[in-house]
Amino acid sequence: MNPGYTAALIAVMTAVTFLTRALPFLLFDRGKEPPKVVLYLGRVLPPAVMAMLVVYCLRGMDLSSASGWIPQVIGVGAVVLLHKWKHNTLLSIFGGTLLYMALVQAVFV
Amino acid sequence: MKRKAFAAAFPATVPVMLGFIPLGIAFGLLMDAAGFNVLWSFFMSLFVYAGSAQFLGVELLTSMASLGQVAVMTLILNFRHMVYGLSMLEKYRGMGWRKLYMIFSLPDETYALLSSAQVPDDVAPHDYYFAVAVLNQVYWVAGSVIGGLLGTAFAINTQGADFAMTALFTVIAVGQWEGAQSHLPALLGAGAAALSLLLLGPDRFLIPALAAMILLLLAFQGGLDREEAAV
Repeated sequence: MNPGYTAALIAVMTAVTFLTRALPFLLFDRGKEPPKVVLYLGRVLPPAVMAMLVVYCLRGMDLSSASGWIPQVIGVGAVVLLHKWKHNTLLSIFGGTLLYMALVQAVFV
Repeated sequence: MKRKAFAAAFPATVPVMLGFIPLGIAFGLLMDAAGFNVLWSFFMSLFVYAGSAQFLGVELLTSMASLGQVAVMTLILNFRHMVYGLSMLEKYRGMGWRKLYMIFSLPDETYALLSSAQVPDDVAPHDYYFAVAVLNQVYWVAGSVIGGLLGTAFAINTQGADFAMTALFTVIAVGQWEGAQSHLPALLGAGAAALSLLLLGPDRFLIPALAAMILLLLAFQGGLDREEAAV
């Protein structure tokens, strides 16, 4: 671990997150109408980004060995099914993660 | 600190508490498993205070991503907050120094509570909003610290615990899929990512995928706007 890099990363994330939250107040607080494209992106980006991030999380999958992809597929499948079934965020996250941990620690060693 | 406002706000924040503390614990555990002790979890939850960005942050930290990539990822992931802010312009007007904290402290859950808030008659709305925002961040920071401490106290075999981030994003994606009027944005996001991953490999695919996704979304703006207007 590199403390300087870690602190810099936290600083960048803090600054950019604050910027996304502050921009509307800086730009549109005088009653100006926000551009349509900003409203449009604010609406369509979240589902697109989330789908992309799921792929990002799975980017390390290795199709050449069973342990390189089966745990991920089962894990994501379990999270989707749990969530469709109960719609309980914590149950879906913890259930899927514990199953995945069991798979990589005990089954696909 | 106005105790009455906090007493009035607390019941409304209980659902967030029940969600933030366990999720914060998961974040603290994940940070600890990645080699970042409880102090780092504490500072990240105190300063960044954005759930999904922080989970992504653990991943970026472990892969030593460049700060430019960190900035772009955070910007795109948190772009939705711009829209949250738009609907808070009126509510926060005239809050003085507390407005700065309110703007900082606007994750999805606080937005959801405040945009539907029923402020009791005997409490000033601004005191109530402030109390809700502070309580929610206290839950999040407390959960992160508990998670970081748990990770240090018990030498659990954490191999595979990083899947919590995949699970979190999957859960959010499923929720958005079910709530969406059109599935096209989600399909474009997944498609751009998968194609870019196949072409460029795991280390370099993300930024091109993000760029392609935004261009595609802009290209489909007319169609998607019409579709939503028709619903």
